[in-house]
Amino acid sequence: MKILSGHHRLKEILVSKALLACALISIITTVSIVVILCKEAWSFFQIVSVREFLTNPLWTPLFEPQNWGIRPLIYGTLTVTLGAIIFALPLGLGSAIYLSEYASPTTRNIVKPILEVLAGVPTVVYGYFALIFITPLLQMFIPNLGVFNALSASIAVGIMITPMISSLSEEALLAVPNAMREGALALGSTKLETTFRVIIPYALSGIVASVVLAISRALGETMIVTIAAGATPKLTLNPLESVQTMTAYIVQVSMGDAPYGGIEHLSIFTVGITLFMFTVMMNLIAVAITDRFKIGE
Amino acid sequence: MQTKAQSRYYIWRKAKNEIFRGLFLLSIIVSLASLAILLYGIVNAGWSSLSWNFLNSFPSRFAQLAGIKSALFGTLAFISITAPLAFVIGVCTAVYLEEYAAKNWFTKLLQINISNLAGIPSIVYGMLGLVLFVRGLDLGRSVLAGALTMTLLVLPVIIVASQEAIRAVPQAFRHGSYALGGTVTQTAFRIVIPTAMPGILTGTILAISRAIGETAPLIMIGALTYVAFIPTSPFSGFTVLPIQIFNWVSRPQPEFQDIAAAGIIVLLAILLLLNAVAIGLRNKFRKKLQ
Repeated sequence: MKILSGHHRLKEILVSKALLACALISIITTVSIVVILCKEAWSFFQIVSVREFLTNPLWTPLFEPQNWGIRPLIYGTLTVTLGAIIFALPLGLGSAIYLSEYASPTTRNIVKPILEVLAGVPTVVYGYFALIFITPLLQMFIPNLGVFNALSASIAVGIMITPMISSLSEEALLAVPNAMREGALALGSTKLETTFRVIIPYALSGIVASVVLAISRALGETMIVTIAAGATPKLTLNPLESVQTMTAYIVQVSMGDAPYGGIEHLSIFTVGITLFMFTVMMNLIAVAITDRFKIGE
Repeated sequence: MQTKAQSRYYIWRKAKNEIFRGLFLLSIIVSLASLAILLYGIVNAGWSSLSWNFLNSFPSRFAQLAGIKSALFGTLAFISITAPLAFVIGVCTAVYLEEYAAKNWFTKLLQINISNLAGIPSIVYGMLGLVLFVRGLDLGRSVLAGALTMTLLVLPVIIVASQEAIRAVPQAFRHGSYALGGTVTQTAFRIVIPTAMPGILTGTILAISRAIGETAPLIMIGALTYVAFIPTSPFSGFTVLPIQIFNWVSRPQPEFQDIAAAGIIVLLAILLLLNAVAIGLRNKFRKKLQ
């Protein structure tokens, strides 16, 4: 850079600083999110004790007497997430294995873009689908199932995260060197044995990372659960009940007319930071797993 | 000579392979079938409500009279701010990370931070927008507040996609430019970015289509659910297509469910169109680099 004449050098420095400024916006975003959530949650805990927040089994903020126990919302979130993963894991993994190990290139080229479409459908559409199609279908098999229930939302969230698991896992499977495949097949293994005993163990960290990211996505999913899972916070893991998730509570309050700065309003930030901690944990686990994967290569 | 037990075992292994092959195929079929059922169900429910009047009317208490004019214009208004803003900031960040940044702890931190931002639930961005833009900058429940919130939301997606596109530019292109006396900046802006542009645009279009479909953050910042006007300035109140759909879905009357389906058809049509453009660009990009 020394050989550059004065104004060229100045230009280089100015441009690189301007670009750095753009890059810093993402850091500022993260810092603002953490600061804002912490600040409002702090005000909340001036009124409600941390002890009540963690131990009270009731969450009844919108009627007297108010109870501020977060657990019902966490249970609601976990019920939906668990249901979604039970649904999406076999489907996503099965699709990934079929596409990477069994399918012809033609099939793969046709199926992959269609699965991408599935990943691009807005969540409000899945919410509509859960309420109008999945719930009535479930009611044919489970006659006393309510209109709003965690199961229907779980299935819709599951459909939503399946393409995420399948495309990320497929990438991990395709990254396995062909020599591994050929070696196992040459020893007389069937494709299935090759897949389960050689390919999947090799790609395991990539597959696990994809599932962790999908879990994180399901935890933060908002519109499907707002539309289909109901608005009744309950300390239950029964998927047939109407529940409320953390995200659905946040939407409920911000659509109502709770005054800005009031306790109800502060509570959404406290719920928000709880949700934030769950998802950040999942994302960091995924990053740690993929980092190990890269070193292993 | 194989014993009988050995050959039976062999047949069983072959059979197991075929059974699982079927199961794997079945899981793809279930995914594809759910997409087909979803599309069929929505078109079936909403097709009859779809008309020019539906596109060109404001929302109404009566389902037959209601339309998505204000939602369409609201979506258009916030995208026309979000798209250029997110594109410029996203590409600049990606160029910085790929072409300028030294390999040190700070760059690593930036990178981890960006992948973490991509995983934060959209509703948390809504809370950020509410405090930062609606209250902090006092923009109110305006198009601008919504557009800025959405810019932050889609930035990580654009950055990651642009980085990938920039990384795919062959090293020889850069060396050629340096050999001719080009500076880092000249190389980045005249060689690398133009070559990577189709890839960057593909990522941007996909990010924009995500923004068009997002509902939760805009509910948080208070995009209105009943708007009978077209936003005329960045400071107008507004609604968007997904919020209008959500509003109709949450009503108990079946006729509103049907116009919700009609709204979904319009939304999906817009998104499919954008996706088709993105896929076209991607194919062009691949051919060019080969």
